[in-house]
Amino acid sequence: MTLSDMMNIGLMQGFAGLSLFAVLLLMGLGLAIIFGQMGVINMAHGEFMTIGAYSIFLAAQVTERLAPSFMPYYFPIAIGLAFVFAFIAGWLVEWALIRHLYKRPLDTLLATWGVSLGLQQIFRTFIGPKEVSPTLPEWLMGSWTPHEGLDIPINGLFVLALTALATGGVLIALHKSRWGLRVRATVANRTMANATGIDTQKTDRLTFAIGCGIAGVAGAAFTTIGSTGPTSGSLYIVDAFLVVTFGGAASLLGTVVSAFGIAQTQSISEFFMTGSMAKVLTLSLIVLILMMRPQGLFALKVRR
Amino acid sequence: MNFIKASIQRYQLGSLLLLVLLLAVVLPLSLDIFRLNLVGKYLTYAFVAVGLVMVWGYGGVLSLGQGVFFGIGGYAMAMFLKLEASDPITTKIQSTPGIPDFMDWNQITELPALWLPFKSLPLSLALVVLAPMALAWLVSFAMFKRRVGGVYFAIITQAVALICTVLIIGQQGYTGGVNGMTDLKTMLGWDTRTDSAKYILYYVCVGLLVLSILLCRWVQTSKLGTLLLAMRDKEDRVRFSGYDVSNFKVFTFCLAAGLSGIGGAMFALQVGFMSPSFVGIVPSIEMVIFCAVGGRMSLVGAVYGALLVNAGKTLFSESFPDLWLFLMAALFIGVTMAFPMGLAGLWEDTIKPWWASRRQALRDAAVKPPTAAVSAPSPVATPQAEPALPDGIGRQRA
Repeated sequence: MTLSDMMNIGLMQGFAGLSLFAVLLLMGLGLAIIFGQMGVINMAHGEFMTIGAYSIFLAAQVTERLAPSFMPYYFPIAIGLAFVFAFIAGWLVEWALIRHLYKRPLDTLLATWGVSLGLQQIFRTFIGPKEVSPTLPEWLMGSWTPHEGLDIPINGLFVLALTALATGGVLIALHKSRWGLRVRATVANRTMANATGIDTQKTDRLTFAIGCGIAGVAGAAFTTIGSTGPTSGSLYIVDAFLVVTFGGAASLLGTVVSAFGIAQTQSISEFFMTGSMAKVLTLSLIVLILMMRPQGLFALKVRR
Repeated sequence: MNFIKASIQRYQLGSLLLLVLLLAVVLPLSLDIFRLNLVGKYLTYAFVAVGLVMVWGYGGVLSLGQGVFFGIGGYAMAMFLKLEASDPITTKIQSTPGIPDFMDWNQITELPALWLPFKSLPLSLALVVLAPMALAWLVSFAMFKRRVGGVYFAIITQAVALICTVLIIGQQGYTGGVNGMTDLKTMLGWDTRTDSAKYILYYVCVGLLVLSILLCRWVQTSKLGTLLLAMRDKEDRVRFSGYDVSNFKVFTFCLAAGLSGIGGAMFALQVGFMSPSFVGIVPSIEMVIFCAVGGRMSLVGAVYGALLVNAGKTLFSESFPDLWLFLMAALFIGVTMAFPMGLAGLWEDTIKPWWASRRQALRDAAVKPPTAAVSAPSPVATPQAEPALPDGIGRQRA
């Protein structure tokens, strides 16, 4: 093995870690808003991702049937659709359930678990119990070879770019827009925010729906990597919660850092042991660190 | 007699006696052994639900990892039974006789050190209770000392559940992997698959469950129980009164873990196998639901919750497999939104006061001289007396 081969392996390994980072961050991003900011334990988060993934699948089906020539371009529009569908679902769930439970955070867990079961059965009834994957546009397939022996998969790059875009968007929205200001005020002190004239009910509903919409985008991105089934959501949910908790629930930057840390630990330890043991090691490390730093890596320092 | 009456009242044994009557007399007489064995299986979850009443209802911390403790107890029992089932004679076709079959399939030729304690029954039985408690102590001590609670505790216990499932499935040679431990037939030479053994195991399960409820009831009525309630409602205040709050929480969490371990062991004995599908996140959350449906403040209610949800699950998934998940979803959402205190809360807050007022009205009607039409009792029962609020725990809510 020559030196350049080792370099290539190192680079590809590094890229594998990076794409895992992107996946984890996308999973955690919506939850960082819903759980981190609002304090709602949304166990149906995984199912909102699945809604996004199925949106892509359905869009691909429709495009294939009706306008095959449009196939190369449908993907970005489908991502938009994924956001919209998950947004609407989130809006409805907030209106029907969550708004009654803001004072009982642990009960949101039970109620949303019910929502997730219901959604899973809806997927199974209307789309089918089998795992599906959409027909992806040509340009997403294959790999990018900057030089001999180095293959970077394009779908990985795409997910990475989408993650960067989404994270940047959320960060800017949360810290520069009127909505972000209202959200932060509501999170800090609901009663006071209400007293200053912020419609906290509207803010909550919008925030929850946006968090769900981002989950939808995450699910849409995952269709480029793997297939989707009715129970896919439950595979993501613990990881998503750990990413958010580990980073420090109220800090978006913490979510980014923790996703990076978890992804790198996982992909580096996978190099030395089996995948399942690497997962056990990573999770145990997270639990241990959380025991020592219960508020996560980046605890928000506010007086309560 | 007065003493018995007083203690029945003090420990609220009336509802427990009713439950014992149902479990020990009514169900065995009315169900065939197959169904009764199923009830026995549901009752093993009731151990977990009873533990959750202590941790969640009284301690105020929700654990999403009770499946882990159930699983440890179950695996401890199953490992003992498995070792007994794989004696050198029955496993003589293996390349190394005398070790469990799945080890043979995974090219393990010697019994791992982890398995050695499970050669003896007393040690296995001790580990059924102590191993879950030890893990519970490890998990909870660090967290409660640092005042982590609520949501964070729930998520960390969930992560522990995930770690355990991945570990069990990944270490196939030591744990049997996804299939778990199967073919558990005898216990010290006693065939657990015969009908009479099933009856005996069912009654052992009921007996242990009643003992567990009595133990928890005793904790609740002791000073510790009062402190737990006080702590759940105003933790800082209890802490400032000079109590070390974290120790109480650690205690209840370990108690619940030990009970779950017993439940798991009874599960392995009655059902004859143990697998990682009872350890992970989904079963752990379902166990919380059993508790929530029955009532998170009521020990007896939790047993009914476990029985009802599981019986419903079996009956509905037999006849309408597609609708079952919708029903379960409706149950989760409905119970959380409409009856946060579960069935027991419904009973304590709605039915019992209504019944009391109704009875009072009837009694008043009986005392008064019949005025006009005797045959027509007033359809509208106007409660003359304010219904006496029950002394029950249903009132003491957050």
